[in-house]
Amino acid sequence: MENKRKKFLSGGLGQLTIPLIAIAILVIFNLIRDPGFFGIGISHNNDGNAVLSGNIITIINGASELAILAMGMTIVTAACGGQDISVGAAAAIAGSVFVKVLKSGSSISVGTVLLAFAFSCVVAMIFGAFNGSLVAIFRIQPMIATLILYTCGRSIAYWINGGATPTVDSSIIKAIGGFIPGIPVPTPVFIVLLMAILFKLLFRFTSLELFTQSVGINGAAARLNGINPTLIKLVSFIILGVCVSVSGCIGVSRLGLINHETLLLDIEMDAILAVAIGGNNLGGGKFRISGSIIGAYVIQMLTITLYAMKVPSTDVKAYKAIVIILLVVIGSPVVKARFSKLMARISENWKKATVKGAEE
Amino acid sequence: MQEECLLTMRQIDKKFPGVHALNNVDFTLRKGEIHALMGENGAGKSTLIKVLTGVYPMDGGEIKLEGQRVLIHSPQDAQNAGISTVYQEITLCPNLTVAENMFIGRSGVVIRRKEYEKRADEILSRLGIPARSTQLLGKCSLAIQQMVAIARAVDMKCKVLILDEPTSSLDDKEVQMLFSLMRDLKSQGVGIIFVTHFLEQVYEVSDRITVLRNGELVGEYLTEELPQVQLVSRMIGKELEELSNLGETEEKQDEEKEVFYEAKNLSSSDALPFDFTIRKGEVNGFTGLLGSGRSESVRAIFGADKVTGGTVTIKDKRVKITRPVEAMRNGIGYLAEDRKRDGIIAELSVRENIILALQVMNGVFKPISRSESEAFADEYIKVLNIKTASRETPVGSLSGGNQQKVILARWLLTHPDYLILDEPTRGIDVGTKLEIQKLVLKLAEEGMSITFISSEVEEMLRTCSRLIVMRDRHIVGELTGNDLNQTQVMKTIAGGEA
Repeated sequence: MENKRKKFLSGGLGQLTIPLIAIAILVIFNLIRDPGFFGIGISHNNDGNAVLSGNIITIINGASELAILAMGMTIVTAACGGQDISVGAAAAIAGSVFVKVLKSGSSISVGTVLLAFAFSCVVAMIFGAFNGSLVAIFRIQPMIATLILYTCGRSIAYWINGGATPTVDSSIIKAIGGFIPGIPVPTPVFIVLLMAILFKLLFRFTSLELFTQSVGINGAAARLNGINPTLIKLVSFIILGVCVSVSGCIGVSRLGLINHETLLLDIEMDAILAVAIGGNNLGGGKFRISGSIIGAYVIQMLTITLYAMKVPSTDVKAYKAIVIILLVVIGSPVVKARFSKLMARISENWKKATVKGAEE
Repeated sequence: MQEECLLTMRQIDKKFPGVHALNNVDFTLRKGEIHALMGENGAGKSTLIKVLTGVYPMDGGEIKLEGQRVLIHSPQDAQNAGISTVYQEITLCPNLTVAENMFIGRSGVVIRRKEYEKRADEILSRLGIPARSTQLLGKCSLAIQQMVAIARAVDMKCKVLILDEPTSSLDDKEVQMLFSLMRDLKSQGVGIIFVTHFLEQVYEVSDRITVLRNGELVGEYLTEELPQVQLVSRMIGKELEELSNLGETEEKQDEEKEVFYEAKNLSSSDALPFDFTIRKGEVNGFTGLLGSGRSESVRAIFGADKVTGGTVTIKDKRVKITRPVEAMRNGIGYLAEDRKRDGIIAELSVRENIILALQVMNGVFKPISRSESEAFADEYIKVLNIKTASRETPVGSLSGGNQQKVILARWLLTHPDYLILDEPTRGIDVGTKLEIQKLVLKLAEEGMSITFISSEVEEMLRTCSRLIVMRDRHIVGELTGNDLNQTQVMKTIAGGEA
């Protein structure tokens, strides 16, 4: 029993401790500040559907794209020991392809949406493979390799859109970006859930997790054990490509239009941050997807909290930075080591005190 | 004979999660003595040193220096108290000069360059170290660098000097230089703690031996009163007969067994073309000096380097092996020479490290289930007697010998027909060495072909029935039967006629 508890505290939670504490602190802070923050109401949207509304819903809904990108970013980080900074630009391309295919037909049915998504997904995977081959085959630093697509990605999206910001007017697209009639929970939340399950299944039915971690920790040893590090790194970027396409399509569906200049702008840095807050080593190796997902919600909750406190939107980033510095420093190995030393000392003193107490 | 006690450690206790690293260990160092600290890997030598130097806090016990109780909380405390350590890996700066290295980071020493260079030269010449103070440290040989580190310690008025495996990267001549320096310091009253794996060196230079085993003190002995065999049996806690019996395996008629693997003109980016054959159940070995091409040859067999030519037949069938995974599918396993760089995945658990090769052979779409992998790990932890807190412990936190066993387990789990072991016993303790040698012979008896490489010729003579001798990247001889003796091997390596 005690053994189980110990395991839960040390191994089971481990790297999730910091992001979970961060969420808890944000919750408590908001409870003290304004209990109404957590109020969930039912309102009617433009289509007359009864839907849930409130800050919590805004946070969970709004973090969807970030959470999905963070999942993919975790894999790339683990395998390559570096990050992809082109995900925002690549999502703009994926979104543009999505809209282009949608508008090529006369009407938009579920079939055309699926087809459009498939096209967008393939294109994003190809760009992922491009990034991946620069990293895996040509051994270019991930950040430098992806700087290329980061720089030119939105221009490519501009060409695909023919310089305009085409809109799509379809109830199906509205349902993807908003609510499915009759269901009060925003659809992107379900998509995040679906992606998380897909990742879970991927790691359950393949040994990709073991291979990716091996490559990230010790590529030379992995190679001598028959693993192909080049392939593993390439695959990690292709998986991230799928995530890019999914979040790009969600972004487009929310607005019903593709704006290649603003779609998921600056999201790459938040995605990397989510990975870091999730307790994953940005130098590669061991990873936990769940940590990154929680990290994404921490970031979104922080943003919404600041907005709720009426912090001007121009100042939000500065306040965000302060909290993030704290999180990252607390999660750093130096602080962790000091903290565990302190805890050991306290528990020892506690033991001594209780023994003494018993003797008396 | 009541010599002056310099350092006494009493009832030192240290626990790590799941391991009692030191259990009431006593250690005494006298003025002007060289005291060898011996024990297998995981016996507690390093932990004791680290407690003494303030790297780890101790859980119990006390340390007295010249009769005064001292509290050591950090390496800086240890240094201030007069305890200096020279580690196996040199921790100086190669891009600074010898003099700079000797005076860098010393509090309270603000002196002009000319002055400290002069002082450095004085110390160097007093200690007989053949180096100039203005030389770049990186340009000096490893032995000189080691000695500069010692000179630095000496100048800091150290009373206790700890040498942790100082000779492992030195050649014989350099070892002698180091020993004469140690004797010199000893005559000046410095107490030296000498940690090493080389038994001969212990007998050559030390006055006293303290043996640890499994975190406990076995005893303290005068070197001249403890024969080498006794020392070994104290270290590993095994009976002597078992040790001497190992060498006497019956001669096998390998010629009658079928050939398992045959290479003709095999070459790689790093190995010149060579021919090589191994039979079923045969143990053979590549021997030669460092850089003679022995590792490169076995790497070519495994496809670890880029294979550039040659034909390979396995069980009379032509095969192509250009990548490790192809070698694995053909029943070949390879335990790499550099355990840290090419072997372990340090942050992954013992369990994950053990199943890795088998998982690769199964392929990415057939993951080994959790319960299955736990069963595999438990089985091999038991069979190979791997000392680990649990199967989920990161392999990097195990001692060197146990890490090696984990990698061995990894390959045994794939049930290879042919296992290549490149320096499987390097840097690990005597007990584990013997276990591995025994295992090799047992596996061969069960029909596995094994190629064994070791820097210790004696070890190879004990296990191999055929030795392939290499010099300057060429095979220069093959020894079997009566030719398998130290003299013959040395002669062949050196290129002399018999």
